[in-house]
Amino acid sequence: MSTSIFFEHLVHEDRVHRSIYTDPMIFDLEMTHIFGGVWCYVAHESQIAQPDDYLTTKLGLRPLIVLRDSNGKLRALFNRCTHRGARVCREARGNARTFQCPYHGWTYFNSGKLRGVPWPEGYACDFTDGKYNLAQVLRVESYRGFIFGTLNADAPPLAEYLGAAKKPIDEWLERNPGARVVVSEANRLRFKGNWKLAYDNAADGYHVVFSHRSLLETENRHAADPNKGMSFYMGKPDEAPMYVQYFGHGHHFKDKRPNVERRPGALWEIEGVQPGMESYERLIRERLGDRASRALDLASSEPVNINIFPNLSILGNHIQVFQPLAVDETESVWYATAIVDEANELGGTADAVNAIRMRTQESFPNFGEVDDAANFEEIQKGLAACEDEWVYMHRGLGIPGRVQRLADGTLKAPATDEVFMREHMKEWLRLMTTRPNIQIAR
Amino acid sequence: MTYVDDSFYDDLVASFRDWQRPELEVRDAAVRDECRRLLEREARLLDERRFDDWLALYTEHCVVWVPAAEQAGDPRREVAIYFDDRRRLEDRIFRLRTGKAWSQVPPSRTARMVTNVEVFRAGDKLLVRSNLLLAEFRAGETRTLAAWCAHRLAGGKIEAKQINLLERDQSLRNPSVLL
Repeated sequence: MSTSIFFEHLVHEDRVHRSIYTDPMIFDLEMTHIFGGVWCYVAHESQIAQPDDYLTTKLGLRPLIVLRDSNGKLRALFNRCTHRGARVCREARGNARTFQCPYHGWTYFNSGKLRGVPWPEGYACDFTDGKYNLAQVLRVESYRGFIFGTLNADAPPLAEYLGAAKKPIDEWLERNPGARVVVSEANRLRFKGNWKLAYDNAADGYHVVFSHRSLLETENRHAADPNKGMSFYMGKPDEAPMYVQYFGHGHHFKDKRPNVERRPGALWEIEGVQPGMESYERLIRERLGDRASRALDLASSEPVNINIFPNLSILGNHIQVFQPLAVDETESVWYATAIVDEANELGGTADAVNAIRMRTQESFPNFGEVDDAANFEEIQKGLAACEDEWVYMHRGLGIPGRVQRLADGTLKAPATDEVFMREHMKEWLRLMTTRPNIQIAR
Repeated sequence: MTYVDDSFYDDLVASFRDWQRPELEVRDAAVRDECRRLLEREARLLDERRFDDWLALYTEHCVVWVPAAEQAGDPRREVAIYFDDRRRLEDRIFRLRTGKAWSQVPPSRTARMVTNVEVFRAGDKLLVRSNLLLAEFRAGETRTLAAWCAHRLAGGKIEAKQINLLERDQSLRNPSVLL
């Protein structure tokens, strides 16, 4: 199918066509070209820490079982009985060496290999040739605990694909003891809007003081000096030290750390009030004295948004995952993380840190993300006006010197600039007009 | 606000574990009726968005806990949909009143249905189990959220409320109505 000309009309330097958010045919193509065609985040290793641990999730619309097999190898099986197509596993998570389909009882090892079928003598075929093993995602790789999968045989290794995004990911991990986080529960949201509305917003600095006005006012109502949370967006955000950076492959980064003083305790000071913070702060200071500030900063939100195209955002202490359900419906899942302090760097205060960290992580999904999601739904409704064709992304475009190209080839711009979405749309266009070499393993 | 500490969490988690025992059931119809009236009044005040009157039904050191896990564990180790002390409940109300909480502009119309009320003794307190069906009209659509609830009552006021949504481990669409 020749789609190049059709797509080239939809993405311009300053704007994109409304139909990329509303057209079910484009969504269908994305479910191969993007979700499957490039590396997509599927799970965190801490969710499947032991051999035979599994969880069920999706890659695009494909139901998956992501697991650590009996030999410890990470796999993403298609949760689809080879026989007649039923989902083999109906649980959210568990531990199992085999999966048996509830329809006709076909059984598979967690390597995907067919273990057996009832009354095989009724089949003329020989089941040993592997033809009836479960299909699985061709390439599954982990970068420091973040598990990705792709069906594209030509995809570069994951580390190469992540490129310059690896550095902030490393920094995000390394602030935690042992450079480890463990995924805890999640705040799970869903909105009636296209998945790209959430990804377009992922490094957006322009919307903060408007969309999240109620959060900013709420966070700052207890403080004499209104410096809490994302207050640094008030005033002149483009003159602040924070910035947005485009890494290539659709990945981008909002770095708000330069707004915050570089000393232990600085993050804690701008954290809004949360249940239990005073009691646990007292406990931590009693145990650690001068060294308490580092521990308290770990209970606070790290001021970064690291966005990995198409479906992952690492922000605050969260791992946020976007799952497309339909052209006009998306899940936005905010996995919280806990610290694990095996080397006892924090003098026995890890539990106290986590007790605060859980509460601080509930804040944005409850008081911030709901307003973003409401706006995304309103966009999807507004875009029904089909004669009003264009969605504009031209903030910062054409202003000399505003966007810098750095020595490593990445682009850097002020906090409210839209360069990051212009660039991810170019990458989207490239992917939609290139046939990916999709293969499954069996 | 310093009342949320380790002993508060320990007490809360213990309280909401294994409390629906037949031998603890309160059979006295008058007591059950009082409990039911309190829950129905709470539902009406929330439907009417009379938040100050609603919060007055709660004790000073109260908590509203809406677990996110299929099996509620220890809120010190896992996030919840809500884990609100009185101060965070007040923050929630403040936010809604800014008029800029876009997920509730305009506010949803709600009708909460409280049913299946059972009352159990817990020392000198009462633990009330109920079912909740929250019907919500918003932006052209009506939807329902269902849950079973546990209210711990002390001296006629609500000390702790646990709301166990049927959809707690699923993605929720615009969960901005005050539960």
